[in-house]
Amino acid sequence: MNDDSLLDLEFEIIGGDFNQAGRVSTRLKSILKEVGFNPQVVRRVAISTYEAEMNVVMYARRGVLRFKASPQRISIVIEDEGQGIENIEMAMKEGYSTATDEMREMGFGAGMGLPNIKRNSDRFEITSEIGKGTRLKVTIIAGDGTRS
Amino acid sequence: MEPEAENIRYYHTLKILEEKCQGRMRCMRKCPTQAIRVRRGKAHILEELCIDCGECINACPEGAIVPLTDPVEQTSKFKCRVAIPSPVLYSQFSVDIHPPEIFAGLKKLGFDYVGDASSACEAMSMALRIYLEEHTGPWPVISSFCPAVIRFIQVEYPGLTEHIIPLEVPRELAAKEIKLELSRKLNLPLEEIGAIYLTSCPAKAVSIRQPAEKEKSWFNGSISIADIYNPLLSAIMSLREGEFEDDLNQPSAIGMGWKVLGGTCSFLESGNCVAVSGIVELTRILDDIEKSKLREVKYVEASFCPEGCIGGPLAVENAYVARVKTIRLEDRYGKRPRLQEERVRQLYHEGHYFLERRIQPRPIKPLHPDIAKSIALMKEKEKIYNLLPRVDCGLCGCPTCLTFAEDVVKGLLDISDCLYNSIRRRSSP
Repeated sequence: MNDDSLLDLEFEIIGGDFNQAGRVSTRLKSILKEVGFNPQVVRRVAISTYEAEMNVVMYARRGVLRFKASPQRISIVIEDEGQGIENIEMAMKEGYSTATDEMREMGFGAGMGLPNIKRNSDRFEITSEIGKGTRLKVTIIAGDGTRS
Repeated sequence: MEPEAENIRYYHTLKILEEKCQGRMRCMRKCPTQAIRVRRGKAHILEELCIDCGECINACPEGAIVPLTDPVEQTSKFKCRVAIPSPVLYSQFSVDIHPPEIFAGLKKLGFDYVGDASSACEAMSMALRIYLEEHTGPWPVISSFCPAVIRFIQVEYPGLTEHIIPLEVPRELAAKEIKLELSRKLNLPLEEIGAIYLTSCPAKAVSIRQPAEKEKSWFNGSISIADIYNPLLSAIMSLREGEFEDDLNQPSAIGMGWKVLGGTCSFLESGNCVAVSGIVELTRILDDIEKSKLREVKYVEASFCPEGCIGGPLAVENAYVARVKTIRLEDRYGKRPRLQEERVRQLYHEGHYFLERRIQPRPIKPLHPDIAKSIALMKEKEKIYNLLPRVDCGLCGCPTCLTFAEDVVKGLLDISDCLYNSIRRRSSP
């Protein structure tokens, strides 16, 4: 693959920082829009990166989001250092949440995050280790490289 | 998705008078879509990005940006000329001047007929309620009446156009109904009837010339409220007794509320509606919708101008005062419905209240038509951006360092055009 046509970006996400939450997703959205990806692809990236960012903010100390985009596919890897997920199968169910009351009061933790990411991705891989952290890899097929 | 034709020319109502422009960059900093650049001391509008919101009109200390609405004298080519004021006009005069006097004043200015748009607003309130009952998603839906919001979504949030309610806007419904009625009554063909919209909004003037949702507007032109205000006020002052009749049945108080922030929400009387106005809050709400964060909200009433249409750049009265005057008018005319909901429901299901076509995205031109090359340019842009001070000083004539980087990769500017960097270089040892 031609290296020039692979966009490779990295962002740090700080746990507990609700004020900054969503910045990465907004930034990625404007980059992809300017590159000229299909608006619906852009939207799927915006939704999945936002949810993933929120998960780091809510449940981890810190995390890194690695973003790669080629004309054909977009891949997003989010690795965090945090409590990890005890039961991934449960966490994938809509409405299941381990959010604290405080988070819910702020309007988060509805148990929609991971299912929402999965719904908006073409490939979804998740691994987690209790006490260590979670690694999430999301792939979104962007098209055949031509403008839609 | 139907992409718009590649080289479509967008019509705009904003014009920069070059001889007046002092290049002070106020407009450039105020523009919400970063559509203004200052080159060689003069401001220029990038047509593709401009959404005609009019923020720049009021930002310019020289008055060098003017709306291209139609002059008051124009429109004489029609056999029958009908003025249809936006209900905003009702709130622009002192509290003892009521709509019937305004209508009579407009006739004195030479209009053959004056049509009231507030009853169309009321009909659309009911249609909106039916739409919300019957819609099944995606949620939330976004109001369609503010053309600056529509264009903002088309350009900046192209993925959200499917959230825009496909209902007709009240002004077009009013023009359609009034023209059809006059055509029948006077036995005149529609082409002989000129409908002129009196508006506080440059974006509506554009949407009349180049509608986003149909081939052709029912209006034939628009006049700025600011332009017609003085002649109209003199005409009203010269009215004698008997020249107008106060008809309490005429304007609709429910309809007048449309022009004030929260007007459509208050009619819906529902807990999951949100009214938002102003570019900062609008951006926040649209960002949230895009991230699917706004889960409990079903309906978003969105207007570009703070306080709604009464805060439009071509209005005369202070928006907050206009709001109070609108509330007084609502009390005067009574907030009971004028229309029968059953009749509206019937027309609704006959398709009477729907747009001719859904709003399509109008995404900005990418850096390059080939995505691979576009990505390469984006990487270049990021590299340039990292060399910039990121203080958004604007001295280069671009509103932000990011737009500067973009103009450099597009070959419009050179990296050495960054004054901040060159000063920094010179002063460092």
